[in-house]
Amino acid sequence: MGSVIVAKDLVKKFDEFVAVDRIAFAIEEGECFGFLGPNGAGKSTTMKMIHCASPITSGQLSVLGMDVKERPRDIKNLIGVAPQDNNLDPDFTVHKNLTVYARYFNIDAKVAKKRADDLLEFMQLTEKRDVNVENISGGMKRRLIIARALMNEPKVLILDEPTTGLDPQARHLIWERIRELRRKGVTVLLTTHYMDEAEKLCERLVIMDKGKIVIEGRPADLIRDVIGSEVVEMDEPTDEMEAFVRSKGWDHERTIDRLLIYAACCDDIVLIMKERFGLVTTTIRKATLEDVFLKLTGRKLIE
Amino acid sequence: MNPIENLSLRSISVWKRNRDVFFRTWKTNFVPSFLEPVLYLLAMGMGFGVLISEDLRLHDIFVSYIEFLAPGLVAISIMYGAFFECTYGSFVRMHYQKTFDAMIATPLSIEDVIVGEILWGATKSFLNATIVLIVISLFGLTNLPGLIFVPFIAFLGGLMFASIAMLFTSITPNMDSFNWPFFLLITPMFLFSGTFFPMYVLPEWGQLIALALPLTHCSVLVRDLCFNYFDLADVGALIYIAMLTVVAFFASIHLMKKRLIN
Repeated sequence: MGSVIVAKDLVKKFDEFVAVDRIAFAIEEGECFGFLGPNGAGKSTTMKMIHCASPITSGQLSVLGMDVKERPRDIKNLIGVAPQDNNLDPDFTVHKNLTVYARYFNIDAKVAKKRADDLLEFMQLTEKRDVNVENISGGMKRRLIIARALMNEPKVLILDEPTTGLDPQARHLIWERIRELRRKGVTVLLTTHYMDEAEKLCERLVIMDKGKIVIEGRPADLIRDVIGSEVVEMDEPTDEMEAFVRSKGWDHERTIDRLLIYAACCDDIVLIMKERFGLVTTTIRKATLEDVFLKLTGRKLIE
Repeated sequence: MNPIENLSLRSISVWKRNRDVFFRTWKTNFVPSFLEPVLYLLAMGMGFGVLISEDLRLHDIFVSYIEFLAPGLVAISIMYGAFFECTYGSFVRMHYQKTFDAMIATPLSIEDVIVGEILWGATKSFLNATIVLIVISLFGLTNLPGLIFVPFIAFLGGLMFASIAMLFTSITPNMDSFNWPFFLLITPMFLFSGTFFPMYVLPEWGQLIALALPLTHCSVLVRDLCFNYFDLADVGALIYIAMLTVVAFFASIHLMKKRLIN
């Protein structure tokens, strides 16, 4: 298996603002690769460069062995894009949205019709086949956008925040479908703000912040390496508690109303803290990707 | 750098998308363009025209006011067909519906999208003008065989107005700003391009200004063809339309790329 998408020293500038700052990554064939990061980290810009909607400023970027600067049309022919914004065609029905889109790929009308029906079945939209897209729910629109991205039977599928704003049922359906596509050998690129989603779906991922890749790896490895296996959360921490934890050399973080201690094994820590500070409300939980994310990109709100 | 190196036949699929939307609601699209010229003919021709007892000179013949007016209505429909489509229509697709974004995620290039839009704008001119032509023909206000060439002129003129419209769409900050080209360009053309009265009644400087306006050349061509004329002035009009189309077309592609690629 080779790399399907390779970026080296990839830079994107908007006038003076550097949106993507010399990043490098290699995405393997058939894997689900995640791009995480706060708003404005450069995820969507990177996606846009991959599907040739946004020209690269400098560096190298190749998709399926082709340079984005030289063969954008051939690249776009082989990838499917499900954008963050709803850009379905409000003038058409659900089914017509798919067949009109297929025409942009020069797909034969008969083939397109059949494929559209199959994909509506796949995304559980058959019932809405002849309904105008204006009259379907937000979750259905997202599913239709994914179905649309599959009309050209892409080798690479780009999903930009595919489940934002969806109810749990719709999210699970989309997750199932993504796994099914991966089994068929489709390479999936995913951006998301949901860490559980990334943890469940992505083989590997990068966390981006301010245009740079902060860390790359498998979700489980990242959690183990950056956080440990467990987290002790303590309510209403005091300065003495924090000083004590620091003196012990434990990896920790203080938020407004919580003290977090990252560790491999937590029972001792809880015991020691209880002994030293009396009744402290503590929770021991498994470390998650969200801990990794917040530790690396900071807890401050990003505007 | 060749400004249209990224152009392909795929632009036809953009044209087809707009065609499909249009024919989905063809009743609401066709009825106004059918009734409007009838209203104009009644009001301007039979109402207003009655006050004009003098016949108007056209080359070496004299025609009644309503005969003069009718081809002018065809020319006006050429202008409005493409200009509305490629200003308001294209802007809604580009800015509100994000249709262009969806298209350029497929093998379509921005050039393909813009050309598809311009071709569709010209098609609207063709359709509208043909309907008006049929209406005035039913009133007996055209002549064979000249009228057969009018739809062809409508498409050419449509390409010109669509390209000019796309130029404004590429630079407009918002939808309301289209009031400017409509107020400063379209309405003066509507009134002063040999549409409602012959240009020779204008003072010389007025005639010169009118000659610079794109619609004047459409109305000259359409009227001459409706009366089976074709002379050097018509060749000049065709050259004018071709040249302005090419200039506006390349400028609009250039500015659209600047607006959409970032």
